[in-house]
Amino acid sequence: MRKNLNVIAAYSIMMVLILMVGIFQSWNIALSIFNLCLISAVMTMGANIQWGYAGLINFGIMGYTALGGLAAVLISVDPVQEAWRAGGFDILMCLWLIIVMVLVIRFILKNFEKSKLRTYSIAALIITGIIIIRVTAEPGIEKIEAVNPATTGFLGGFGLPIIFSWIVGALFAGGLAFIVGKVALGLRADYLAIATLLISEIVIAIIKHEDWLTRGVKNVIGLKRPAPYEVDLQTTDWFISLVEKFNSGKLSVIDNLADRQAALNQLVIEGSSVFVKLCYSGLFLVVVIILLILTQKALYSPWGRMMRAIRDNEEAANAMGKNVVKQHLLIFILGSAIVGIAGAMLVTQDGLFTPGSYRPMRYTFLIWVMVIVGGSGNNFGAILGGFVVWFLWIEAAPISMFLINFFTSGIPETNTIKAHLIESVPYFRFLLMGLGLLFIMRYRPKGILPEKIEIK
Amino acid sequence: MDFVNAIILLLNYIFIPALTYGSQLALGAIFVTLIYGILRFANFATGDMMSFGTMATILFTWYFQSLGVSLGVLPTALLAIPFGIILMILYMLLIDKFVFKYYRHQKSPPVQFAMVSIGVMFVTQAVVRIIIGPSDRRFFDGEKFIIKAREFKEMTGLNEGLALKSTQVITIFVTIVLVSLLFWFLNRTKTGKSMKAYSDNEDLALLSGIDPKKIVLVTWIIAGILATIGGVLYGLDKSFKPFTYFNNMLPIFAAAIVGGIGNPFGAFLGGYVIAFSEILLTYAYKKFFMYILPESMEPNSLVQLLSTDYKFAVSFSILVIVLIYRPSGIFKGKVL
Repeated sequence: MRKNLNVIAAYSIMMVLILMVGIFQSWNIALSIFNLCLISAVMTMGANIQWGYAGLINFGIMGYTALGGLAAVLISVDPVQEAWRAGGFDILMCLWLIIVMVLVIRFILKNFEKSKLRTYSIAALIITGIIIIRVTAEPGIEKIEAVNPATTGFLGGFGLPIIFSWIVGALFAGGLAFIVGKVALGLRADYLAIATLLISEIVIAIIKHEDWLTRGVKNVIGLKRPAPYEVDLQTTDWFISLVEKFNSGKLSVIDNLADRQAALNQLVIEGSSVFVKLCYSGLFLVVVIILLILTQKALYSPWGRMMRAIRDNEEAANAMGKNVVKQHLLIFILGSAIVGIAGAMLVTQDGLFTPGSYRPMRYTFLIWVMVIVGGSGNNFGAILGGFVVWFLWIEAAPISMFLINFFTSGIPETNTIKAHLIESVPYFRFLLMGLGLLFIMRYRPKGILPEKIEIK
Repeated sequence: MDFVNAIILLLNYIFIPALTYGSQLALGAIFVTLIYGILRFANFATGDMMSFGTMATILFTWYFQSLGVSLGVLPTALLAIPFGIILMILYMLLIDKFVFKYYRHQKSPPVQFAMVSIGVMFVTQAVVRIIIGPSDRRFFDGEKFIIKAREFKEMTGLNEGLALKSTQVITIFVTIVLVSLLFWFLNRTKTGKSMKAYSDNEDLALLSGIDPKKIVLVTWIIAGILATIGGVLYGLDKSFKPFTYFNNMLPIFAAAIVGGIGNPFGAFLGGYVIAFSEILLTYAYKKFFMYILPESMEPNSLVQLLSTDYKFAVSFSILVIVLIYRPSGIFKGKVL
C-alpha cells in the first residue's frame, strides 16, 4: 500500500480536478474531458509499450489513429449498393492485382540471389504495377465517386455494429506497423522517428484523397453508435422517471405544475447527454482496464524482462540468444495495434470521421508529451500522463485567461497589448505543453511516475 | 515551333517553380544538416524556428513600411532580413543556453535531444502564434513580375507564355550567393575547417585545441542566417502561415536525409531532388504531349502519374526508398 502511495495520490488529485470541472463548469464538459482522457490513455499505453518497454521511437501515432478511424467507418457504415454495382468490380480487380503483385515480389525475393538485376526488376515491377492499377481503377473510382456525391460517393462499409471496429482497427494498425517495421526498424533512433513520422503522413495523404474509400475531406458523418441517442432517451419513460427521481429535491421546491414540467424537461435534455457520455465512459473504462491488466502482466512476465534486457543492452540480449529484430517487430506491431484501438474509439465517440483533422501536432507530438510527462516504462504513469496532459490541453485556455486577467488587472481593457494577449489565449496551450515537457525532461527525466521494476 | 512551345511549357510549369521551391528547401535542409552534424541531433523545431525568423522579419518590414522606407521594385523585406536574422540568432542562443546546453554537457543520447527539441517546437510555435497570430500573411511589396506571360507571348509570338516572378529570381539568386558563401566559409576559413573537424570526430577536434563553445556559437549563427533567409524567401514566394512552416519541416527533413545527413552539399542538392521529383511526378503532361506528338497520337487523359494531392507523399516515399537502399543518403553522409 505504502509503496503505491504516489500512484494513488496522483490519481486522486487527477480525479478531484475532473470533479471540480464538473462542479464549477458543467458535468457535460467534465465527462467529455474524462472520455478523451481515457482515449488518450489508450494511445499512451500503445506508445509506452514501444518506448518504455523496448526503447523504440514511433512518431507515426497519427497514422495508426487514422487507420483505427478508417476501420470504424468501414465496419459500421452500411454498404452503398449502387456504388458497388457501379465500380465495385474494378476495385476488387485492383485489390486482386495488388495481391498478385505482392506475391510475385515475395516469390522473386525468396528464389533469387540478391543482385542489382533483382533490385531493378522489382522496381520495374512495382512501377508497372502501379500504372496498371491506376489504369484499371480510374473508371471504377470515377463511377463510385459520381454516385450521389453529396451524401455517399464511396463504397461504404459492412454495416456491422461499430464496436467490432475496435478490434478491426487494431488489426489495420498492426498490419501497417508490420510493413513499417519491416522497412524502418533497422534505423537509428532519431531516423526511425523521422521515417515513421513521414510514413504516417503518407497514410494520411491516402486517407484524405482516396474519396472512393473514405469520402476524403468530405468527411463521413452520422456513424452508428454503441450508446443510445439523446433524442430517443428524452422520450423514454424510464429515463424521465430516473431523472425525476434523481432531482426530486430540486423539483419539489417548484410549486407551479407547468414550471415543474418545464424544469423537468430541461433536466432531461441535460441528463440525456450526460447519460450518453457516461455510457461511453463505461465502455472506454472497460478497454483501459483490460489493456492495463494485460500490459501489467506482460511487463512482469519473462517476455517483459526480455524486452527490458533488449532495451537496456541490445548486444548482450542478442548474445544471450534473443532474436532482437523479431522482438522489436513484435512490440512495434503490438503498440501500434493498441493505438489503432484508440483511433477507432475516438471516431466511435465523435460519430464522425474527418480525415482533415489528423495532424501530427495533436496526434503524434501531444501523445509523446503524455508519455514523457507521465513516465515511460510505467503503465500507470503513461495513463496518468494521458489524463494530466489532456486535462491541461483543454483547460489551458481558461487557466491562461485567468492568469492574464490577474497579472494585467491594473491595465485598462482598451490597452492593445492586453487585448492582443486575450485574443491569443488559445495558443497558450502550446506554450504550456512545451514548457511542461522541457521542465519534466530537465528536472524529472523519468516522468511523474517513474519506472519501477520489482523483482518478485 | 511546337517543340519550342513544349520547352517553354516545361520551363514555366516545372523547371522554374521546382528550382525556386528546391532553393527554399535546400536552405532549410542545410540548416538541419549543420545542426545534425555539429550539435548531433535531429532538430524537430526546424520549421518553427524558420517561422520565428520570418515573423521577426515581417515585424521589421511593417515597421519600415510605416516609416515609408522601401527598396523601390524590390520587396522591403530584403531590407528587414538582417534585423530578422539578429533576432533569430538571439532567440536560438537563448534556447541553447537554457535548454540544449545542459544536455550537451550531460552527453545525452540523440533521442533525448530530439525529445527536447519537440519541447522547443511547442514553445516556439506558441511564441510565434501569440505574437503574430495563426493567420495567413503576405508581406510582399514591390514589382511582382519580371516577365508577364502575356508580354512574353506578344514578344516572341509563341503560344505558351513564360511568367517570371521577381520572388523566384530573388530566391534563386540569394540561394546561390548564400550557399557559395557558406561553402567558402566551411572549406576555406579556419573556423569553417574546425567546424568540419568537430563534426567528423569530436574527441580528436577537442584534442587539437578547437574551442567547442566557439563552434557551437558559430553553428547557431549560421543556422540563424539560413533559417531566417530560407523562411523569408518561402514567405515572399508563397505566404507566411505558422502551420505551413511547421509542415515544411517534413520535406526539409526528407531533403537533408536524401542528400546524406551531416553533409551540407548533399543537403543542398537534396532540396532540389525533392522539389523536382514532387513537381515532375504530379504534373499533368497532356499539353506537353499535345505539342510534341503528332495529332493522331494525342493523349486523351491528363497523363499525370499521381494527383497533386500526393505532392508531399512523393517526397516521403523517396525518403523511404533512400532509407532502405542507401541509408547514408545519395552523397554519403553519416551512416544511420
